Amino acid sequence: MKGTAQEKIPFFRDPDKLAVFYQALTALGVALLAYYLIGNTLANLERQNIATGFDFIGREASFEIGESLIAYSAADTYGRALFVGILNTLVVSFVGIVLTVLFGTVLGIARLSRNWLLARLSAFYIEVFQDIPILLQLFFWYAFFYELLPGPRQALQPFAGVFLCNRGLIFAVPEAHPAFAYAGIALLLACLATVVLKKWAARRQEVSGRYFPVLQTGIALIVGLPALTWFFAGAPTAMVTPVLSGFNFKGGVSISPEFAALLLGLVLYTSAFVAEVVRAGIQSVGKGQREAAMSIGLRPSKVLNLVILPQALRVIVPPLTSQMLNLTKNSSLAVAIGYPDFVSVAGTTINQTGQAIEGVALIMAVYLFFSLATSALMNWYNKKIAIVER
Amino acid sequence: MARVQRMVPAVVTALCLTAGVAVAGTLDDVKGKGFVQAGVNGELFGFGKPDEKGVWKGLDVDTARAVAAAVFGDAEKVKFTPLTAKTRFTALQSGEVDVLTRNATQTLGRDTELGLDFVQVNYYDGQGFLVPNKLGVKSAKELDGASVCVLPGTTTEQNLADYFRQNKMTMKPVVIESNAELAKAFFAGRCDCLTSDASQLAGIRAVAPNPTDYAILPEIISKEPLAPAVRHGDNQWKDIVNYAVLAMIEAEELGITSKNVDEMMKSADPRIQRFLGVTPGNGKALGLDEKWAYNIVKQVGNYSEVFERNVGAATPLMLKRGLNALWTSGGLMYSPPFK
Repeated sequence: MKGTAQEKIPFFRDPDKLAVFYQALTALGVALLAYYLIGNTLANLERQNIATGFDFIGREASFEIGESLIAYSAADTYGRALFVGILNTLVVSFVGIVLTVLFGTVLGIARLSRNWLLARLSAFYIEVFQDIPILLQLFFWYAFFYELLPGPRQALQPFAGVFLCNRGLIFAVPEAHPAFAYAGIALLLACLATVVLKKWAARRQEVSGRYFPVLQTGIALIVGLPALTWFFAGAPTAMVTPVLSGFNFKGGVSISPEFAALLLGLVLYTSAFVAEVVRAGIQSVGKGQREAAMSIGLRPSKVLNLVILPQALRVIVPPLTSQMLNLTKNSSLAVAIGYPDFVSVAGTTINQTGQAIEGVALIMAVYLFFSLATSALMNWYNKKIAIVER
Repeated sequence: MARVQRMVPAVVTALCLTAGVAVAGTLDDVKGKGFVQAGVNGELFGFGKPDEKGVWKGLDVDTARAVAAAVFGDAEKVKFTPLTAKTRFTALQSGEVDVLTRNATQTLGRDTELGLDFVQVNYYDGQGFLVPNKLGVKSAKELDGASVCVLPGTTTEQNLADYFRQNKMTMKPVVIESNAELAKAFFAGRCDCLTSDASQLAGIRAVAPNPTDYAILPEIISKEPLAPAVRHGDNQWKDIVNYAVLAMIEAEELGITSKNVDEMMKSADPRIQRFLGVTPGNGKALGLDEKWAYNIVKQVGNYSEVFERNVGAATPLMLKRGLNALWTSGGLMYSPPFK
């Protein structure tokens, strides 16, 4: 009798082949469903005489947008209007993520502090802000700004050239001059130099054990180099000062109450979650690690920076990524408080053109892209800090 | 807001999934389920908003009731779906509502590209500006550089941008989705002026902490014929909704009110006899009961009654008939003969 291994296994009992078969079947099913949905939608739209396609992107938008990073007017196209919206979403998300990570980390560490008051205050903050729906918080902060601040004609002036009123925070900016472009390049160079310096210092310390003050040198470089460049390029000091003319301030740069309320709401809300993520990460590092680090004479700040945080980060980064995505997605609540984010602009576009399916598809595509890009970046970072097996 | 974010995907899903929305036969659908599903504003005082007891009130709400009275002989056989400016057309297209009576402006683009048909206008409106008196502005031409509070997703935004471009002025819009939130921000001084249809401005002024502190500027910068809408392609249903609106106008012209309609049944005037179904014909032509117009007038009222009850001089809106008067008194309300 031959060994059973030689026996011909029928197709329907071979787990490997069956697996491939079921996968193919599922893929086919999904494809058919997609085909049905798209075909059906197009047929429905045609039967109801609703125009389809993305032609509207090139047409004149003919609506204004309250704030924009790039030049925009009602005479521009829908495409440009949507781009303005995307930039507005990006700005509030990016600034929001940076502030959230900083503030959340501080809060998380504070909750673990041995200082009784600090730990309780932090715990209280986290519990309160986690439990109030973000939309309510946004309404609160927005109302806080417009109810509390005076109108532009009675604007507060905390410093010369800075005005605070219910139109926003308006401040003077330096007049355009090539010196600022040079200083910007100098800043970039200084950042690059600091990165190189850090690598060099780490290598030197590994080899020779000698310590190099990277932080101090880095700060000196990053502040000093642009300042020197600015000075030698003519040291221009002319400012564009905001002046009240008619209803509003002209000149200078303004931060609107809508932006401020959205940013504040998102940061305060998401920080509470990030704080818990950070606390979980720190607590996941064994007690022995801290005790061992302290026993070899490291200062508490070094214990945190060199021993605890590098290990905690591995636990922190994946849930932190999801909090970043939450913040980005929650920024779409902007429409409730009048900040012209992407959803707000796309909403106006949908209503004016009536092309809801295309508009919603665009919204989904843009948010999907933001989320995937953030995830990709954070996964790369996660891999970088993962345990290196030797 | 939250509602919009739920509604848009829902409606889009409906468009994707439904195996074919009934284009014809809305009347049969409506009769089958036993009520008319009407899309209304939900937040606009005088046009569509529940009162403190939860009873729906408003000119648009009464228009939907007139349709129910025509179809069922019972003005209460109607259910209301509050819709935002953004979701209203999609909700109608996808079959979520049978008729849209939500202060929607009739435009060429909407009539064609959106797959809708507008019927008889039930309110002639126009976009204006509401300003606080303390601003000292007497004309919209003085609004250069102003911050303007706007409700999103209407022709309002486009009219506003057009007006400022025509007059070489600049402005900063603050676009807030909810009527209530927008009004709060405006009253707190976030914007210099608020723009919307004049009827809405009156409604917003009525809920101000101190209504006399605000004024509507004389400039009307757009034509806003507000009309009910139905899905394109169902001509029978369109006729019914159209003539339900016209019946209220014709009743006013014929001097028939909800109070005297029973006496009018005995009238010798052939026009009144035809209108009230004493002389049959109109009902059969529309596929309705011969007493359809009688039911509208009896249960909802004629146009004048509906207007005065919801937005007229005795209401907080204090709107005058203006363009909405009968053609015989210099307005635009004109009904073709009912024969």
